[in-house]
Amino acid sequence: MRYELDPVRVRKILGNKKQFIMGDMAIAYGGLLAGVGFFGGYPITPASEVAEGMARMLPRAGGTFIQMEDEIASMAAIIGAAWSGTKTMTATSGPGFSLMMENYGYAIMTETPCVIANVQRTGPSTGQPTQGAQGDMLQTRWGSHGDMMAIALCPSTVQECLDMTIEAFNLSEKYRHPVVLLADGEVGHLREKVVIPDVDEMELIERIEATVDKDKFIPYSESQTNPGSKVPDFPTFGSGYRSYVTGLTHNDMGFPATDKQPDHERLINRLVSKITDDREKLTDVEEIELEDAEIVFVTYGASARPAESAVRMARAKGIKAGMLRLKLVWPFPEKAIYELSKKVSKIIVPEMSLGQMVHPVREFAAKDCEVIVAPKVGGVMHLPVELLAYLEEGSQ
Amino acid sequence: MSEMINQTEMREKYLRKGMLPSIFCNGCGHGSSLDYTFRAIEELGLDLDNMVFASGIGCSSRIPGYINADGLHTTHGRSLAFATGVKAANPELDVVVFSGDGDATGIGGNHFIHAARRNIDITVIILNNFIYGMTGGQVAPTSPKGTIATTAPYGNLEGAFDISELAKSLGAAYVARWPVFYPSQPIKSIKDAIQTKGFSLVELMSPCPTAYGRRNKLGNIKKLWDWYEDNSILAEEYDKIMNYGTDEEKAETINKIKIGVFQHTEKVGFFEAYEEQIANLMANDDKKWGGSK
Repeated sequence: MRYELDPVRVRKILGNKKQFIMGDMAIAYGGLLAGVGFFGGYPITPASEVAEGMARMLPRAGGTFIQMEDEIASMAAIIGAAWSGTKTMTATSGPGFSLMMENYGYAIMTETPCVIANVQRTGPSTGQPTQGAQGDMLQTRWGSHGDMMAIALCPSTVQECLDMTIEAFNLSEKYRHPVVLLADGEVGHLREKVVIPDVDEMELIERIEATVDKDKFIPYSESQTNPGSKVPDFPTFGSGYRSYVTGLTHNDMGFPATDKQPDHERLINRLVSKITDDREKLTDVEEIELEDAEIVFVTYGASARPAESAVRMARAKGIKAGMLRLKLVWPFPEKAIYELSKKVSKIIVPEMSLGQMVHPVREFAAKDCEVIVAPKVGGVMHLPVELLAYLEEGSQ
Repeated sequence: MSEMINQTEMREKYLRKGMLPSIFCNGCGHGSSLDYTFRAIEELGLDLDNMVFASGIGCSSRIPGYINADGLHTTHGRSLAFATGVKAANPELDVVVFSGDGDATGIGGNHFIHAARRNIDITVIILNNFIYGMTGGQVAPTSPKGTIATTAPYGNLEGAFDISELAKSLGAAYVARWPVFYPSQPIKSIKDAIQTKGFSLVELMSPCPTAYGRRNKLGNIKKLWDWYEDNSILAEEYDKIMNYGTDEEKAETINKIKIGVFQHTEKVGFFEAYEEQIANLMANDDKKWGGSK
């Protein structure tokens, strides 16, 4: 029995249209609304509420929740379940995300759609489990071995926790790629009002399943039903395509090609470019007071909240401050950053780390634009006045 | 049914030819295990379109590649966690996992014990060759004491896992162990394992002349296969001798490897229980919501 989403039932389970809930729960809501049929997870602060919500609600919707033995197994199980034809998800935080890196790479290599909600904390190692941070921004992009691309979204509000989880599923299905929801402990444990979309208010994207004749099917090449798309059609297990899925370098037919340079080069370039070709289409930013801005924040996640306050305070003082918030952090919005950097004299990147996203910002900023990090570590958010000080200093 | 189809026809029907030749060395037992699996599927009359073969990393984990069915060749040791997901999202699929001793009880030991404990309804065929074969003969958690391996050049000092005993202690529904040189018992056990509800294990002792034999004075293929014959004993015989035999007989038997069917019970599989829970929850909701969805 393959899980089939009954959106009306799911919507009824979630209840009232407007609710006051925490970000973690909104992530679980988003997953259910997107049609998740399998959730595998392992307890970890500050992400456990996602699993708890799923454990409570998913079986009522007809889906399966399993608390796996660890995060390695959680990631493995959601990939396996995706191949049986359902949408799948896990949730974790820093140490668990580190453990998932092995099978995250496997999901990329095997083009398996799945969603990982990472409610970030800090490190190294166990760090501060109950405190929020933004410790996995670069691990998402570079954490597994080898060449790869990443798709990741960064919610700043509880509403975005819900909306972006749905969006994460859509991108995952569209590109056949694991998508990471990079929340943080602050927004994950924050309680705010959310408006829950009704069935007719959502646009859900489903993977394109293979339909060509079985003897003509090419499992790891361009789509055969959607000409020009670099995302191959999905041969769901049990549908008779008898496909072979492997983490080894494989040729178009899925057979191992471990000693064949051209096969590896072609495969890896397609895996990366199926996403980077759409980089500008995927770019999703929020612009605040940018029209005449001279000094700006580039922000994401929870730190966008105090940053926006700081911009308002600076404007009240006559400082031409602005802010660009990255809603989608990977693939990195290279052009948006470059164009912004040509218009402003200074970019400040507030981060709940010693600085991670400041690196790609610096990489793609025009050379005349100064790029600095405004770091805040230790499990607390920036205060607006702290960030205001950066704007005041920078505008002098 | 088995009389109706000869070996050549069977290979024609079940092998994924694009993957051949296989990576297996002369004298390796893995090819026989693949043959036995084909024979068991044929005798059960299963539909390959409804079967998924999963595996991890290692020589034995290449087997799903050679079967003309859906195959999931995963990461080292993780196949049972992947297979759990495959089965969870579509419990109607027959899921068979191929693993090696290092894959299943070294790096994958945690997944193995939890899949067995949860009673996930899948069949696991572990090809135990006492060594990490693919990587060139490193010591495994199953290597007998004294084994010479590239990473135990002076002799292995560690105790070895007894995979079947481990599965039995975890309450696996079906557990059997056979050396690959007996064809009929492994075939019957694979059939029984697939048909048994819940977690089923068939441990096949599969000689590795290249990575294990050569370093342990068993490089000659016949000599290695003879070693298995001389050093394995039916579990019933073993118990008889240990209970009633002379001291001499006991001393001769105590270190031999017990073979046979160790456990065969009918238990409700995890997903069967889960589906029942789902049905109850949905019925409750429907009642609460007044019969409508």
